Amino acid sequence: MAEERAVDGRSMVRRRAGLRLWLSAGWLTLLCVVALFAPWIAPKDPLAQDLFLGRLPPFWVQGAEPGYWLGTDSLGRDVLSRIIHGARVALMVALVAGTITCLIGATLGLLAGFLRGWVDMVISRLIDIWMAFPPVLFSILLIAVLGPGLWSIIIAIVVIDWTRFARVVRAEAMAQGAMDYVASARVAGRGRLGTMVREILPNVLPTIVVLLTLEMGIAVIVEAILSFVNLSISTDDPTWGGMIAEGRTSIHQAWWVLVFPLVTLFLTVLAFSQLGEGLKDRFDPVLR
Amino acid sequence: MRLATTAITLAGVAVIVFFVIRVVPGNPIAMMLPPGATEDDIARLSALYGLDKPLVTQFGIWVAGVMQGDFGTSITTRQPVLDLVLGRLPATLELSIMALVMAMILGGAAALTGTRFRGGRTEGAIDVANGMALSVPDFLWGLVLILLFGVLMPVFHISGRVTPSLELPFTTEFYLFESLLRLRFDLWVDIVSHMFMPALALAVPLAAIIGQLLKQSLKETMNLDYVTLARTKGYGETRVILREALRNAALPTLTLVGVQFTFLIGGTVIIERLFSYEGLGNMAIDAVINRDLPLIQGIVILFAVIFTAVNLIVDLLYTVLNPRLRHG
Amino acid sequence: MSFLSIRDLSVSLKKGPPLLRRVSLDVAAGEVRGLVGESGAGKSMIGKAVLGILPPSIEVTGGEILLDGVDLLRLPPAQRRKRIGAVAALIPQDPLTALNPSHRIGPQITDRLVDILGWTRADADRRACELLAEVQIADPDRVLRSYPHELSGGMRQRILIASAFAAEPKLIVADEPTTALDVTVQKQILKLIAGMQARHGTALLFVTHDLGVVSKVCQRLSVLYSGMVVEDTSVADFFAAPRHAYSAALLAATPKYTDPSAGLQPVPDAVIAAVQAEVAAFDRGAAHG
Repeated sequence: MAEERAVDGRSMVRRRAGLRLWLSAGWLTLLCVVALFAPWIAPKDPLAQDLFLGRLPPFWVQGAEPGYWLGTDSLGRDVLSRIIHGARVALMVALVAGTITCLIGATLGLLAGFLRGWVDMVISRLIDIWMAFPPVLFSILLIAVLGPGLWSIIIAIVVIDWTRFARVVRAEAMAQGAMDYVASARVAGRGRLGTMVREILPNVLPTIVVLLTLEMGIAVIVEAILSFVNLSISTDDPTWGGMIAEGRTSIHQAWWVLVFPLVTLFLTVLAFSQLGEGLKDRFDPVLR
Repeated sequence: MRLATTAITLAGVAVIVFFVIRVVPGNPIAMMLPPGATEDDIARLSALYGLDKPLVTQFGIWVAGVMQGDFGTSITTRQPVLDLVLGRLPATLELSIMALVMAMILGGAAALTGTRFRGGRTEGAIDVANGMALSVPDFLWGLVLILLFGVLMPVFHISGRVTPSLELPFTTEFYLFESLLRLRFDLWVDIVSHMFMPALALAVPLAAIIGQLLKQSLKETMNLDYVTLARTKGYGETRVILREALRNAALPTLTLVGVQFTFLIGGTVIIERLFSYEGLGNMAIDAVINRDLPLIQGIVILFAVIFTAVNLIVDLLYTVLNPRLRHG
Repeated sequence: MSFLSIRDLSVSLKKGPPLLRRVSLDVAAGEVRGLVGESGAGKSMIGKAVLGILPPSIEVTGGEILLDGVDLLRLPPAQRRKRIGAVAALIPQDPLTALNPSHRIGPQITDRLVDILGWTRADADRRACELLAEVQIADPDRVLRSYPHELSGGMRQRILIASAFAAEPKLIVADEPTTALDVTVQKQILKLIAGMQARHGTALLFVTHDLGVVSKVCQRLSVLYSGMVVEDTSVADFFAAPRHAYSAALLAATPKYTDPSAGLQPVPDAVIAAVQAEVAAFDRGAAHG
């Protein structure tokens, strides 16, 4: 009974995992490249306004202006270029915020899960309190406190979302900590911290990596939401969330201002998430 | 024991939010007064709101007030925070519960269909749809829905709770409920068509989680001996899934749904903003932008209370539904 | 005319090795037929094939299963289900997992009567009470209202037995019904099953690896090895003088209470080799056939 399920599942999942990984990794790599070379790739200056060229439709619609491939917004700024530049902010936030959240959250989770005792009690209590805050509200609050800016967003994401890592890693560390290989390591004379780092960490690493990709997707969303509510970076640099906010208001007259950044955001978040899923399947020892 | 930890959690929330928002730059008083206000005016109003006292004292005053049911006065509207907050609460509750119901229906349907037709293309398609719904947060779904049904096919309303020109005979803020109780179906339809999109946006990610977990649970349960025995009695596949497997498979899904429901409620903050829905979340964003400290405090505490209540209810439900725990 | 007639039944893993090799056997109305063999011999598989509960990974590759004259394998699935549900029943192996933990005992006995056979709730409940009394359960009302986890393993097996007889089936498949029970309880349960079978006149297909059980309960038996029937005979003849070498070895291997000093006698390698050769020959024949 069990074997037959595994045989079916294994081949099916392996096929799906491969495709998923390649597609999502592909999109994300494209995004990185675009973000890196934005000033050279973007056809127009993202900040250049020209009221005579306001609300131009994308190239396949009548009334479009050549060179403005995806149309312009109400101030005449090129949508495509703004999306390309917006990728810089998005990826910057994703990578930096994601990594720092991961480091802090995973460390706290490891400590709580493995050391137990009062360390676990304090950290668990903190996690409970944290989870009683609605995340979006909390982030808006923090931005209000920290003031707008890229680093404020990063700090806000870290402060709010470390619990995501902490909870999961704590559970895994606890489960691993109960296993025999840990006991043997301790008997062999390893100190507690040493055991934690050298024995448990490698086994918890796959979970952490998967969560990391997930976190990056979340970071992009948080940034978008904050830009949408007008609390993101302080300069005029384009952000996908900001574009979406503008697009929302002129949705009936110029749908493209909302649609294209939305699609990009959608695909990016999807890509991060599927990357995580694909990696999770890869790491699954049952399938190896 | 649970009550003790709950109390600590709420206390922690109160403390954190209190001190965090007082670090907020930007004097709310100054923002409220007309441009010609003098230093004296500002000082007077600050004293009125107790903002000139040391932080700890302010906290003490606030806690004392809370014990008597006084959550302070909103700086922007000059009304008691408690009234404002309880006034908006029903809207958010109705939205959240509608989303929860939608999520359970969608997720349940996906799980049951996937189990009934397992091993084939139907299940594969459901898995793919589920995966996508899972990966994308409510904010994006809200925007997609606005595009699809607000612009492309304007079937539903994408703004507000109810058409502004309508006269509302309600005594409470529970529009959805009251319209049914008063048998005003015209109003009810209008309200639902306003709530449908935001509720759906909130529901989709939760539906995906339910769908995935329940299907997994069902498939495992279907292999158990008592299910096989039921087949020998002459029951067909669908009957077997619904009668024998569902109740047992649904139990583990319940606890997860409880936690995820609190996330859903948290999501109302941005979804309400997106759809201009006059609920707690929308008010919260304005409160932060306007630095209305007492109001922010009240809203955050209320959210924390709601989250805690949901967790308690889920635990209770679990004990009730699991026969093994009931008789202990 | 036998009630159950299995002709050349072949079953295998989907796209895999065969599990039953042209099994044939008959069970007359009211008769008790034993199916013996070591683990993996396929005896459970036969019972499952008859009741239509083969796992999804396993398929029937040939033969017929005639239940009261009708070939189950040629019927469309819905009809097959109904027919089996109406005249047959299962006594499962593990009483701890065969009852639905979320439902009370009562509904688990009366469900098929009400839903499939159209009885009234009142009639069904009365019947459930009678059945519980028949399996010697005291205070049937309380038990009917209980949940499975509140009852002991032995009690649950009695309930499962009662449930099997509920619709007055003409055939019951008992899949190692005493294997999962305490030794002290096994004998009681065995007596119970034998008693009820005699009283109700139900045909019984008794799957077991225990020859002692067979000698007490069955009239005829089939010995299986690797999905092949190596002997099909009456119980009396079998214990007097088994015809197949493997059967003889099985008999010899059974520890006897009457002679505790006799050492354990495992089935000799030569005998195993011989019977495996028979299986191989069968497969070769089937491949060319």
